[in-house]
Amino acid sequence: MKASAKIRDLDWWLLAIVFALCGISLLQIHSATQNSPLAGMHWRQMTWILLGLVAMLIVSRIDYHTILDQAPLLYLIGLAALVAVLVVGQTRFGAKRWLPVLGAFLQVSELVKLIIIILLARFFSEVRSDQLSLPDLAKAAVLTGLPLVLILLQPDLGTALVLVPVTVVGAFLAGIQWKHAVALLVLGALMLPIGWHVLKPYQKERIETFLRPEEDPRGSGYQILQSKIAVGSGGFWGKGIGRGSQNQGGFVPVRYSDFIMAALAEELGFAGVLVTLLLFMVLLLRLVQNAQRANDRAGMFLVMGVAAVLGFHLFVNVAMVIGYMPVTGIPLPLLSYGGSATLFVFLALGLVMNVRVRRFVN
Amino acid sequence: MSYWFESEHKLPQSRLAIVSYVIVGIVGLLLLGFWKLQVIDADRYTLLAERNRIRTIPIIAPRGKMLDREGRVLVDNYPSFSVLLLRDDPEELERNLATIAEGLSMPLEELQREVEAAGGLPKFHPLIVKPEASQADIAFIESHRADLPLLEMLMVHRRRYFQNGFLAHASGYVGEVSAQQVEASNGRLRPGDIVGKSGLERQYNDVLMGTDGLRRAIVNSVGREVGRLEQTDAIPGKPIELTIDYDLQVMAEQALAGRKGSVVALDPRSGEILAMVSHPAPDSNVFAVRVPSEEWKRLNEDEDRPLLNRAIQAQLAPGSVFKIFMAAAILESKAVPENLTIFCPGYGTFYGRQFRCHTFDKGGHGLVDFHKAVVQSCDIFFYEAGKRLGIDRISYYAYQLGLGRKTGIDLPSEESGLVPSEDWKKRVLKQPWYPGETISVAIGQGATTTTPLQLAMTIGGIASGGVFKQPHLLKTKQNVPDFRFPLAEHTTEIITNAMYGVVNNEGGTAAASRLEGIEFCGKTGSSQLISNEGRKRIGGGRRFTDNAWFVGYAPRRNPEIVVAVLVEHGEHGSTAAAPVARDIIKRYYEKKSQRGQQQYTVEYKRFEVEPDSVLAQVKPAGKIELRGVETPPGPAVARPGR
Repeated sequence: MKASAKIRDLDWWLLAIVFALCGISLLQIHSATQNSPLAGMHWRQMTWILLGLVAMLIVSRIDYHTILDQAPLLYLIGLAALVAVLVVGQTRFGAKRWLPVLGAFLQVSELVKLIIIILLARFFSEVRSDQLSLPDLAKAAVLTGLPLVLILLQPDLGTALVLVPVTVVGAFLAGIQWKHAVALLVLGALMLPIGWHVLKPYQKERIETFLRPEEDPRGSGYQILQSKIAVGSGGFWGKGIGRGSQNQGGFVPVRYSDFIMAALAEELGFAGVLVTLLLFMVLLLRLVQNAQRANDRAGMFLVMGVAAVLGFHLFVNVAMVIGYMPVTGIPLPLLSYGGSATLFVFLALGLVMNVRVRRFVN
Repeated sequence: MSYWFESEHKLPQSRLAIVSYVIVGIVGLLLLGFWKLQVIDADRYTLLAERNRIRTIPIIAPRGKMLDREGRVLVDNYPSFSVLLLRDDPEELERNLATIAEGLSMPLEELQREVEAAGGLPKFHPLIVKPEASQADIAFIESHRADLPLLEMLMVHRRRYFQNGFLAHASGYVGEVSAQQVEASNGRLRPGDIVGKSGLERQYNDVLMGTDGLRRAIVNSVGREVGRLEQTDAIPGKPIELTIDYDLQVMAEQALAGRKGSVVALDPRSGEILAMVSHPAPDSNVFAVRVPSEEWKRLNEDEDRPLLNRAIQAQLAPGSVFKIFMAAAILESKAVPENLTIFCPGYGTFYGRQFRCHTFDKGGHGLVDFHKAVVQSCDIFFYEAGKRLGIDRISYYAYQLGLGRKTGIDLPSEESGLVPSEDWKKRVLKQPWYPGETISVAIGQGATTTTPLQLAMTIGGIASGGVFKQPHLLKTKQNVPDFRFPLAEHTTEIITNAMYGVVNNEGGTAAASRLEGIEFCGKTGSSQLISNEGRKRIGGGRRFTDNAWFVGYAPRRNPEIVVAVLVEHGEHGSTAAAPVARDIIKRYYEKKSQRGQQQYTVEYKRFEVEPDSVLAQVKPAGKIELRGVETPPGPAVARPGR
């Protein structure tokens, strides 16, 4: 792998979209926190973005094949870290998710998402057939299942679920057979009641309020209601930046993070939402395009793994904001405030760049 | 390098294309969701957002003050805070009720009761859980703004009355509006409004009560105010000026000296009430805040009936004061000769039954003519007169002179008293009239009842020749109505002479209360609560001691002031009641002479600023240069000797 990745080979269109979304993010974080003790938060987010860009560049320089070579080792490290979190992790907001690394607290599950993308890319690219056999499918499921259960134990249902689309999209592209897909769906449906019993009470509550929000107007139903009020009252053109009463008055819950889309919808209106969602759509389509032009299947799986995670985040988060999904605590990539999440996105984009700059290698 | 990436496999382009479609589909779905909320349902959510961010807080209008006839403040307000409980969110309320009860140091059950009682009101209507917030309550609310946004403080104007029931019955008291009142008000009153519940507060509620304003404020999600919107100022209630003279009111309270009874002083020329006392009286300040139910129960069950305004509601037998009405009936009807003279041995037999005079123990009044009968209050004379007049004539004149009907005073719940008649007894009691009853009625006993106000007005009217001005408390009242029953000059002269004699003649029943230099007249009365025989049977006891009456006035003809005094169980009008009237009338004349001097001074000063005419008259022999007539009025000229 002598081909050197050059800066001009980076996907500049993709980066432009990312920067546009980051700009919207900084604007909204500023607007949401300007009149609160959190004022100035957008500067911290800016730092995370810059750190992320550096990380992205570094990752894009290491040949992804080299990274894929180390997949089993990374996987083991990931599992060990998850176990460590459960044993010595920091408890915040009622869940053990943080490990102290270099004086900062890293959310290990974000890292594990990345590792699973890498591991599954390696796994699926080794399937030397157009059709995915049942044993291979089972293996993929087990490989994802282990960290998934560990994350569930933290407990963090949202992040655990993010691992699923990576597997699903991977299996789909690896050529899953329709009969297997259908069988899996039926099996999943049968497992639902069992899964219900495994859920933590607060998770059940969230799902229940999602189904019947009017019964709990002050709990998580309140959050969704306030989010919808923010979105709806924004109208087509929005109330203007810094002038959304739901946002500025603090009615929108965690308006700078999980519910940043609600704040955006209120202040920038449907027009702003349209622009933002179209940017996300173009971003995802651009990822797919990069996958299509990848030099090999491994590169494709890597890029599509990233696309699967980002797409899932986008869908679950935005659908929650407009009341189509229960509150899961999944942030919106590139828009929500958060160090670990931002770093993850840029590391993942680093993998994408990595694949892209090596598309003409052979 | 490993072998695995040397992939000769083609990429699954068609499946990648499917993923692209899925992405477009998902984004399209999300956009549809936003479209529905932001475009189709935008109005609904805009409304909800407004409701979130805007809180409407009432601004309570202060009630108008009550002033006495000289502008002195009798009733006013002081600022105070009420604790409001917002009821928008029943579950939140339920969850925090215990915390709130503890924080406001009130029993949880009481709070629950109040919340339940308000169940029928609209949810946005806040509940006043504590009308008078203490310092501790205010601190509690302030420090829990973030976690207990249900609590809010409301600035209110609390009514301030004199203490110890001074003027309490005239002023009345205020309280929270009742559900019935709200319904009857056609939307003008809202639950929680403070309205007049009795007395003048109730009578002139429409004047006194202002219109509440409201303030709309922007609040954040924890209920803290972050901005203000428009404000509609409260329109304060208008003050009312009363006819009450604070000095005379004080004098009346002092003179009654805490005895159970009532005093009414009025000016019969205008009907203006100068003082009105009823004792015992509740402390109206207790009502200004919420009345504890035990206190309410106690006041209602008190044997002394402190809630009764005796001045207009007492309805007691007038006793010998009634003899004035008898006198008028005698003179006006001419059915009894004016020069009737009887012998009073201390008792008399009428219709086969013995009736006593109050001088029974002293052997009677001896020979009694009309004048002596009034002055010394001889019962036997009036028994005889009553027998000759008959009940119909007595009740006709008593009624025409104003007894047995409401005076029409501007106070709620006035009682009419009763003048019995044959017809009344048949109609109401379904019994025939017994002639013996006429004998009792003749000295103001039996079924006859009056109120102190009624006696003040009627005696004043009789002394004014039969012009009865409607008593009232509102000084600004225009076109005060009156009713007339013109008495012959002769009648008025004879009766007023007799009432002058009651106070000023040797042997007059109120001779001890004589006032030097003032034509103080009046009539005493003692009314029995039980027959003499009955009293002997029970063995007396204060509960059955006679009520003492005195109605006094001055001057003798066309009086300026009438004072009716009732001292319950005071026994003798002469000793218990007359001195009260005397003190008030004395005070009245003291004030009048002071005012006269003041007026004199004022007039004198006015004199001084126009020195020309004065100096022109003086014409000193010296060479004092007189200023010309055209000199404008200058500063007062200082002169020796003034």
